[in-house]
Amino acid sequence: MEKEDNSEQKSRRNFVEQGLKAGLLTVAGGALLAKVFGKSKTTESTETIELMSTDGTLMQVPASAIEHAHEKKYAYNPREGFPNRKFVMVVDLAKCRNAKKCQSSCNKNHYITGENAWIKIYKMQDSEKSAPYWQPTLCQHCDEPACVKVCPVDATFKRRDGIVLIDNERCIGCRFCMAACPYSVRIFNWSDPWQGEAVENAEYTPDYAGVPSKKGTVDKCDFCPHMIDKGELPHCVSACPNDVFSFGDMYEDTVTNGSGQSFKLSKLLKDRAGYRLMESLGTEPSVYYLPPSDRVVDFEEGLENYTEFKSVDKPEGL
Amino acid sequence: MNAAYNQLVKDLAPKKFSWRGNAWVAFLVLIILIGLYSYVQQLRQGLVITDMRDYALWGIYISNFVFFIAVSLVGSLITAILRLSGVHWSTPLTRIAEIIAVAAIIMAGIAIIIDMGRPDRMMFLFVHGRLQSPIVWDVVVISTYLLISLLFLYYPLLPDLSILKKYVPTSKWYSKLSLNWTGSEKQIKIYSKSITVLSVLIIPVAFAIHTVTAWLFETTYRPGWDSTNFGPYFVAGAFVAGTGAVVVVMYVLRKAYALENYITDSHFDKMGKILVMLCLVYLYFNINEYLMPTYKSTEEEAEHLRSLFLGEYAWLFWAAIVGGLVLPVIVLLFPKGRKPLPMLIISFAIVLGAWWKRYLIVIPTLSHPFLPIEGVPESWRHYSPTWMEWSITAATLAGALLIVTLLVRFFPIVPIQETAEERGLTDEHTLNNAL
Repeated sequence: MEKEDNSEQKSRRNFVEQGLKAGLLTVAGGALLAKVFGKSKTTESTETIELMSTDGTLMQVPASAIEHAHEKKYAYNPREGFPNRKFVMVVDLAKCRNAKKCQSSCNKNHYITGENAWIKIYKMQDSEKSAPYWQPTLCQHCDEPACVKVCPVDATFKRRDGIVLIDNERCIGCRFCMAACPYSVRIFNWSDPWQGEAVENAEYTPDYAGVPSKKGTVDKCDFCPHMIDKGELPHCVSACPNDVFSFGDMYEDTVTNGSGQSFKLSKLLKDRAGYRLMESLGTEPSVYYLPPSDRVVDFEEGLENYTEFKSVDKPEGL
Repeated sequence: MNAAYNQLVKDLAPKKFSWRGNAWVAFLVLIILIGLYSYVQQLRQGLVITDMRDYALWGIYISNFVFFIAVSLVGSLITAILRLSGVHWSTPLTRIAEIIAVAAIIMAGIAIIIDMGRPDRMMFLFVHGRLQSPIVWDVVVISTYLLISLLFLYYPLLPDLSILKKYVPTSKWYSKLSLNWTGSEKQIKIYSKSITVLSVLIIPVAFAIHTVTAWLFETTYRPGWDSTNFGPYFVAGAFVAGTGAVVVVMYVLRKAYALENYITDSHFDKMGKILVMLCLVYLYFNINEYLMPTYKSTEEEAEHLRSLFLGEYAWLFWAAIVGGLVLPVIVLLFPKGRKPLPMLIISFAIVLGAWWKRYLIVIPTLSHPFLPIEGVPESWRHYSPTWMEWSITAATLAGALLIVTLLVRFFPIVPIQETAEERGLTDEHTLNNAL
């Protein structure tokens, strides 16, 4: 690995490495087998690596026994996704104070030029007497996605790794998916997006939504496969100053926040009574929310940032 | 006998337009040209020229599409259902109904293409079509219905075309289109069998087009669309809209072509009675659609219903329900209300009410999503169509009327052969040929 020059980046890299390795435990058996059959090319070394098992215990494993399961050994297909992975996000509502860094980072990195952001922080209040809270809301990457069900041309699709994407070279712009989505997370390119030459000429892959966007097609949060591919966290997760978001792999049962802290997913959801939005609809989202109880931030603090009619800051001159 | 027959052919054969007819066509073409201009702008700039945005993601293009689908259903009612039930008085109206059905279903197809963000990718619906999407079901049933409707318009025309071949010897088209119809026993046998088969076929397909169109909305979770009542509710409403359209057209044609001997007051009277029944059935479905959710008043439904009953759509809603359904029923219960002129006015109100009813089905629901509308310009919370949207929509309506007008110009509006048969008139030539 190259020299790290930035501690934030370093911690992110660490997360990815830890995460990958944790996931490898399941593969380790296979790696050992491979060793038995003499296929391992690496020489024995005394270096060990700390891994966390699925039940949360830490153990030392010789580095040579580890093989990176997620290395590209095959042609990667954006419609299939990363094999043996199931991405999941946890949003801790107790920590959100509407700093909106997730939104501005997402807008910037996906070159959003329209007037509707892909991630929005709603001012919520479930009932009159209960406390208000901020709810960051992005595509829920449902396991039973209503949008995918109704798409007539397979333009929006569900991958094996849980991510729901849009192929904007396939989309016919009927907007049925937008009508079907109960979370209002899909946005339409009503006009030419005018994202600048560099973005517009970029080679398109559904893996990186918005690069480029196309007039007359639908866009939305893509869970940042282009970042996962680089071993990094989605933009919103790393941009959040309050560690509201954690991102990880359901199979590894681990999620990691922007500061690089990892949590055991099942324990986190159990301890904090995690829930999903509109569970009763049966959409099976991949985004979990932790209720805004025992808040570490003031709701009122977020009010100064609150812009009811705006979610995208237009660059100068537009 | 022969003189009476010749008079009949003369009365019913298509006629050249008077100046009024020409002016009417010019007017329709003008409307279409304005709409075309707007559509070119839409192709260039995108759907941004409409007032649709991420929340009001469908607008009058879609409600207009639903309206056309609704109107097209009348072909199956007047021609197939009445034919199969052995009703004969409707014979002079069958062609009008079929012409309206064909015009409406063609424009429904065009209306849905107009709404597409990427009409250039339309072929993807066939190349990449996925069967679980209601849009693909719609593509299948609409094209099937169009095909059956065209056949249903064409088959009964065969004997008439062969009559016109003799009546207008200068035109080669009638002769070609009549497919060598001689009226021989063998031909008549195939002919009547085909029409019976088509009559049976068209009914399930007609029900399917409108049920599937209802499902486009019903397959979502949104309050106002999430209703098990939607299929029959749409079908019932469609019969009302289409029958209203037939009455308007039959009034105008009767006046323009002096067809009082063929389209009589009694036809208006009977259509009036049918309309009463259809309106009552539709009202019944409306009660089901609105009363039960109101009774429960879950949070989301209540917000939606409040906007319809008392809120920003209240005027439109009550005008469509009272003016387009309740009042017509009351007026049509009286024999005087079923005279041609009152029938015209009422039917016009019904058609207008039906158009706005589709608007009320499509648009209000979209302004009540599950999560709050935040982070978008305030104007996105309300939808009011732009003039370009209106001009494109007006062009589709003008397009439908133009199709009707042109078909009326070149084909007999009232079936000649069938009317002659019913009146016991025959052409000696035809008789000789058949022998």
